[in-house]
Formats: sequence, C-alpha cells, structure tokens
Amino acid sequence: MSSTTSAPVITTDKLTKRFGQFIAANELTFQVAKGEIFGFLGANGAGKTTAMRMLCGLLKPSSGKATIAGYDVYTQTEKIKRSIGYMSQKFSLYDDLTVAENIRFYAGIYGMSRPAIKEKTAQLLKELQLEKEAKTLVSELPLGWKQKLSFSVSIVHDPDIVFLDEPTGGVDPVTRRQFWDLIYHASDRGVTVFVTTHYMDEAEYCNRVSIMVDGVVAALDSPTRLKQQFGRDNMEDVFYELARKATRKAD
Amino acid sequence: MKQLLTFIRKEFLHVFRDRKTLLMLFGLPIAQIVLFGFALSNEVKNSRIAVTDYSKDPVTTQLIDKISSSSYFNIQRNLNSAQQIDAAFKKGDIRMAVIFPANFSTDLTHTGKATIQVIADASDPNLATTITNYITRIVGDFNTQSELSTGQPLQILPEVQMLYNPELKGAPNFVPGVMALVLMLVCTMMTSVAIVKEKELGTMEILLVSPFKPIYIIISKLTPNLLISVVNLFVILVLSALFLDLHVKGSTLLLIFCSILFILTSLSIGLLLSINAKTQQSAMMASLMGMMLPTMLLTGFLFPIENMPWPMQVLANLVPSRWYFIIVKRVMLKGMGFGAVWKETLILAGMCLALFAISLRRFKIRLQ
Amino acid sequence: MISLSNIKKTYPGGTGRKTDGQVKALNGISFNVDKGELFGLIGPDGAGKTSLFRTLTTLILPDEGEATVDNYDIRKDYQQIRNRVGYMPGRFSLYQDLTVEENLNFFATVFGTTIKENYDLIKDIYQQIEPFKDRRAGKLSGGMKQKLALSCALIHKPSVLFLDEPTTGVDVVSRKEFWAMLKKLRQEGITILVSTPYMDEANLCDRIALIQKGDILSIDKPDNIVRSFPGQLYAVHASDTHRLLQDVRSFPGTATCFAFGDSLHVTFKDAPSGSNAPSGAATGSPGEPQALLQYLQARNHPDATVEKTGPTIEDCFIHLLKN
Repeated sequence: MSSTTSAPVITTDKLTKRFGQFIAANELTFQVAKGEIFGFLGANGAGKTTAMRMLCGLLKPSSGKATIAGYDVYTQTEKIKRSIGYMSQKFSLYDDLTVAENIRFYAGIYGMSRPAIKEKTAQLLKELQLEKEAKTLVSELPLGWKQKLSFSVSIVHDPDIVFLDEPTGGVDPVTRRQFWDLIYHASDRGVTVFVTTHYMDEAEYCNRVSIMVDGVVAALDSPTRLKQQFGRDNMEDVFYELARKATRKAD
Repeated sequence: MKQLLTFIRKEFLHVFRDRKTLLMLFGLPIAQIVLFGFALSNEVKNSRIAVTDYSKDPVTTQLIDKISSSSYFNIQRNLNSAQQIDAAFKKGDIRMAVIFPANFSTDLTHTGKATIQVIADASDPNLATTITNYITRIVGDFNTQSELSTGQPLQILPEVQMLYNPELKGAPNFVPGVMALVLMLVCTMMTSVAIVKEKELGTMEILLVSPFKPIYIIISKLTPNLLISVVNLFVILVLSALFLDLHVKGSTLLLIFCSILFILTSLSIGLLLSINAKTQQSAMMASLMGMMLPTMLLTGFLFPIENMPWPMQVLANLVPSRWYFIIVKRVMLKGMGFGAVWKETLILAGMCLALFAISLRRFKIRLQ
Repeated sequence: MISLSNIKKTYPGGTGRKTDGQVKALNGISFNVDKGELFGLIGPDGAGKTSLFRTLTTLILPDEGEATVDNYDIRKDYQQIRNRVGYMPGRFSLYQDLTVEENLNFFATVFGTTIKENYDLIKDIYQQIEPFKDRRAGKLSGGMKQKLALSCALIHKPSVLFLDEPTTGVDVVSRKEFWAMLKKLRQEGITILVSTPYMDEANLCDRIALIQKGDILSIDKPDNIVRSFPGQLYAVHASDTHRLLQDVRSFPGTATCFAFGDSLHVTFKDAPSGSNAPSGAATGSPGEPQALLQYLQARNHPDATVEKTGPTIEDCFIHLLKN
C-alpha cells in the first residue's frame, strides 16, 4: 500500500489503438503506482483486452505514449516482457507435469540460475502449502489450487508488474478470498497488480479502479470515492450506471 | 426430411466458409498428381512370370532352370497358348511372360542365333523395366557361359514387348494410387474432423438433446464429403486425361460406381474414428496415422504387395484401398469390365457395409 | 416437473494415469423442481453442476438413482425428454461460421418448428439482436452470443429450460439483462433450471440449491437460507482494508473473517463460559464487538466501525463450506 508515494510503474498518455475505422482503445491516460492493486473493469467489448495487450507489449499502439516499468511500449517490448508477469483464467499450467516441474519450467524460461530455481521452488511450495503435493501432477489438483499455483508461477521471476485477466472465474468463495490474500501479499512486496474481474465485490478490494466504456476510461478513482461520486452504495451499481450507457456492443 | 435438408445445407455452409480447408481439399489431388508424377523406384523380387516353351530342347530347359533359380522370378505355371497368357495378364496373375518359339532350337543349331519373346505388363512401368532388364541380363549371362563351356558362340536375343503401356509412362500406375489416397484422405479425415468439431464446440450436446435422429446427423455429415470426393474424382480423371494423356479405357460408369463404393467405405471409417476422438487434433492424428500410412504402404502402388512378407500381405487384404486400387487399374488402364472386378467390388461392398453398420451401432446417443 | 432421487455419478480417472483417480461428480443428489419455478444451482466450477444438467438432459446416464423430467424417466424415455426440453450448455455452443439468422433457422428446423411459429416467445430477446442477423455468430459480443443461444434454446417452446452457467464471463450489464429475460420467461410458465457461480444471482431465483463437490449443501428459498445462518454477523469497516483484514484475523475472539466488498464480515467465537450455544454455530459473546473495536483503534484504525449486518448467500455458502 505504497500507492501514494513512489514513482508510477505504468504510465500511459493518450494511448490509442485503431483497427481500421474502429477505435478499440481511445486516448487512455492513467498512471499506476508501484505496489498498487489496480482494478481494470469494463463491459464485454469495452476495449479491456486491447488495452491490456498494448501494456504487455503484445500489440503495437496506433498512437500515444506508454511506459511499463520504465520501458517504452513501442521500442522496448522485450524488456517489458521480462519485467511483467501474466496470468489469465485460461492460462494453463502443464497438466502432465508435476507442481514442482511447472515451477521449475517457468523459472527456467526467465533465465533463473539452478540454485535460484531450487530455492524459489521450495519457497513457493511452502507459501502455497503445497509441499506435500510437489510431485503431484497438476491435472490432479483442485481448480482453486491450480489458480493459486498459476498466480505464483506468473510472479516467479519477481516482476515489477503482474497482469491478471479474470483470475478468479468460477472459483468457490473461500478460495477466491485466499487468492486475494496472495494478491495482497504480492502487493506488499512491491509488485504492482493490474487485475480485471467480473466480480464487483473484488473491485472493492482494489486500491484504485478504472472503468472502461466504449474504448475510453469513463471513471478512475478509489472505490470509496467512486461510490461517493456516483452516489451509489456499491461498485456493482457504479459499474452498472456507467456501462449501461455503452453504445458499442460488438467485441 | 426438411430437417435433414437444413442440416445438409448447414454442412455445406461450413465447408464453403472455411476457405483454407476448401483450398486444401481441391488443391490436394492436383498437388498429389504433380508430386507422384516423379518416378518412384523400387526393387523387385519374386515377380510372377509365365514361361511357355514351344521348342522343348536341352537349351531351353537349361535356360528356364537358370531363370527359375534366380530370386527375381517366381515361375507360375506353364501357359500353353497366347489366349492363356493374355488372360493371365489381365487377371494380374503374371507380370511378364517369356516365350520360346517352336523354331528356337533349329534356329540356334543352324545359325547360332535365336530370339525369345519377352512380354511385360507395363501398367506398372518401373516394375516392367526392372524385370525385363533382369531377364535380358540372365539371357546374356547364359550366352557367355555356354560360349565358355562349348567354345561355340551363342546369340539368344530377347525381344521385349510392353503390354498396356508401351511408352512406359509413369502415370498409369500412380493415378489409381492418387485416386485411392485422395479419396481416402478427404473422406476419412474430413468426416472425423467435422463430427469432432461439433463435440468441441458443444453443439453436439444441443443436437443430441433434440428430436433430430442421430442417423440424420451422420447422413448430413457424410453428404458434403461424398460430393466433394466425387468432384475430386472427376478432377483427377480430367487432369490425367488432359495432362498425362491417360484416358479411362474401360467403362467410366463402372469406375464411378466402384469409386462411390470406396468413398462410402472411407466415410464409414471417418465416422468410426470420430466416435472415440475428443478433439479435432486427435481425430486428425488418427486419420493420418491410422489411415494415411496403411494406405500409402499397403495399397500396392508404392510397393508391390507380392514383395512383402506374408504378415504384411495378410494385413494388406484388410486395407480397402488395396481392392479399390486393383479395380481402378483393371477398369481404367486395362479396359476390363465388371466380370474382371466383381470379386474386388464385392469385397469392397462387404467392407463398406460392415464398417457403416459398426459405426452406426457405436455412434453415441449420449455423451462420454 | 423435475425430480431427482439419490443421483450418483462417478467418472473414471481423468487422464487414466492414476488408477485410483476416480472423480465423484455427483454424490447422491435429490431434489424436486416445481412447474413454473425458477430454480438455481449455485456452486463453483467442479461442483457437479454440468454433470447434473447432462444427466437431466439425458446426455449421460447416472450410475445410481432415479430422475424424471416432466414425468418422463431419464433412462427409458430419453426420446420424449429430448423433444420437450431446451438446453443451453455452458460453453458458447452455436456455429461461429453461421450468421445469427442461419443459426436460429437451423435450430428451429432441427426441433421441427419455424421461427415464425414461436416468434412471440423469443420476440423480446431476439429483437435485441435482430439488427445483426446477418452477422456471423463468432463476431458477436459475449452478451449478444448469450441472447442468441437463449433464443435458439427457446425456439421450440420447451416446457423445461436448462441453462448451464449462462452468465459466466459476461459483464454485469448483460447479466442483469439476462436475468430480466429469465423473469419474463418464468411468467410464461416455463420451468427453468439455471446454474451460476455468481452467488449474488441466487436472490433472483425462486429456490436455490447450494452445491459443492457433488453434494448439496442446502436447498431452500434464498430468504430461508439466509435466515438459517447461525449466529450474528458483523461488518467491520476501515479505510485500510488490507491491514484491517490482518488485524481482525489476529484478534483472539475472531471466529471467521472474510472480505466482502469494502468491509469485512466477521463472526465471533463463543465466550469460554457461555457453552449453551448450538455446536458449530459461532454466536459470539456480547462483549466481543466492542472489544474488537478497541483492539482495532489501538492498532491505528481510527475510523474503524463494527456493526451488525445481515448475511448474504455467499456468507451462507462459506459457512456451509467450512462445516
């Protein structure tokens, strides 16, 4: 929770992506501070995925500026990829590898040394209380554990920022809260968390929330101030208020 | 009925909206014809040949012994008339005939010169060239050996004649092979993939939970592939006629009839493969490994089946394309009628019925 | 309308690698759904919702137990059941390469009807996507795909509608619209069985079954389920929610503590002396809330508040999971 003091790790300035005539993301301008949990909300088709892809260095913007962990999204995409972690609901661990093998593999592709990988594996297994399951195939883990494991794997290389795309879809309420404990834990260690979700109660857990409507950021503030601003009791009503005005329907 | 038509229409829409697959489907036969146009070499052993001896003298007996002792040939039986030889060729019983004329012995004693007739089935040009070369070499050896032992120079000359394909064009052999391969591939792979796709999409669940009968699903899935295959068949026939100068010698109607029988057999195999496959990928792999490989190897157009060890020969009998290949060769290249292929046609029909019945029985009305 | 009695289903081990890797999907499920009822199956992924739907739509056979849909037996009379139910599977299951209209036409014909014949039933839903009827289904947004799928499932005027997670992955606006459509269909007299992983949607159903790992945790009207929550729940609020969570958890009197939106839902342990409370239920001794407030204020939460609050379905689900 050091959101107010340190320098921003994500900065965008009028970041825009056009596909032909269609403006998927229009002049996005915002900053995310180090260690902040930033909720990125929007209706289906509002442009969330496009924006997220630009920030991850997977999609070249049409215009505007953006730096991620100090690197430029146009020219330094390789460096960006080293400084970020990514996890989506679909992000799958290798089902036919064991828990430890998965951790070792993902640590390996980020070029960690052998001793470092070993140490990290032991540490993660301990944090997740999966020590007994180290040699279990991932396919045999319950869904909730898989999701927790896949989050831990996405930050195995200690990235500056982790992007989470609907990480808690379909998970039971207890596991969902345990997952958020992991998010808080990462944030405490200074990892910036950029998260999308369809659970509006989870929006309340974020330090700040942005709501995209029709390709533009329609609102951006802390949940408390957003609720005050729109005179609503909860984030769901705030979101509904903004998103129902959307005219764009197609993805 | 209206339901069925709608379903079939939908299947056609799927096919026509998937440009890449469509291109592949129709590009395949063309590519195959070009690819297989380049000669394929193969070594020959134990070719069945006929030897007819009208002369019956010590020299011919000696020469026949020498031929039969070589591992290249397997002398079937002595055929005693031109008609018998002709019939044996048409049945595919023999690849080559060696004929010693009645005046062989007199010619040899009087002039020291004599000819033997060598007739080869050139519908497989590689094989024909190889075995006639072998026989020429054996006769040449025989000449030198007798000269060394008797001191008298001998000149026995083989007169080679190529049947069916005198110009030794490669096309006659590979076109039937390409036909078998392309039809097999399109029917088997496309059918299994089309059904598994519905499973992956989740639409199969809805279709099963509807009054629509499973047999209709099967028929609708098969129809477009049947039609595409028939189109492919014509493309191959027209291509070979235009560019390879290879025309259907026998009844085109008979050829089409047998081809449709083969197509239906392949479709049934596709259906069978789709029943257990869960993903399009696994259906594709099953078609490629399970069908393409056996078709390539055991049909007889790349490697003559008679050269294979007996377990492979037995296995080859189970491959539908093997019988179809024989039918196409006889009808298309040799111009033979139904009388010559009824046995193969019957086998194919039996396979088709059995496979279709099995896949129909095993087609699941539920999931898992 | 729908009746299940002790339905059990076990799948063989997922990948076949482990011999004992059997998956118990349904563990003796029994319940009834009345005609015209909007019945919700609430539970996370892997709870057995899809297996239950597939059993009732006759797509899989249960290992044990009896079930009927519209008085037809799911084993014997599967053909009759298939004629009269509408089904929307969990995945988007329309033909992506066909247009909106082609999809609808296709499903109408497959069910032996036409769009015209039952247009009244789907009118409200279909009108919203009709402007895009020439667009391919694969190019629609999530909300519109969902409307099209619902139209296709309704086109033959089924007596029972099975909707497997229709709102998963769909945004709040589309979800609200979708539930409004279900309310209307219910008024038409169609029995609806719907599943969802979103606990907040439970309140929109007439009755719900909370389901987890093949077992039903509770079946009742949403109000009754909420009322059956034992003990008193408190909402604890402070501006620094994350630190608050840690501090409330470290408070000795805390029984359970879960984040709910911008506050924490807390139950207190029974006081060591007061032992006449029902077992398993944390009624909490009366002094605890005040003690927690002081505890928090001492830990630098000057704005902390501790207030009584009513439980939600999610609180109940968590409570049932923990016991």
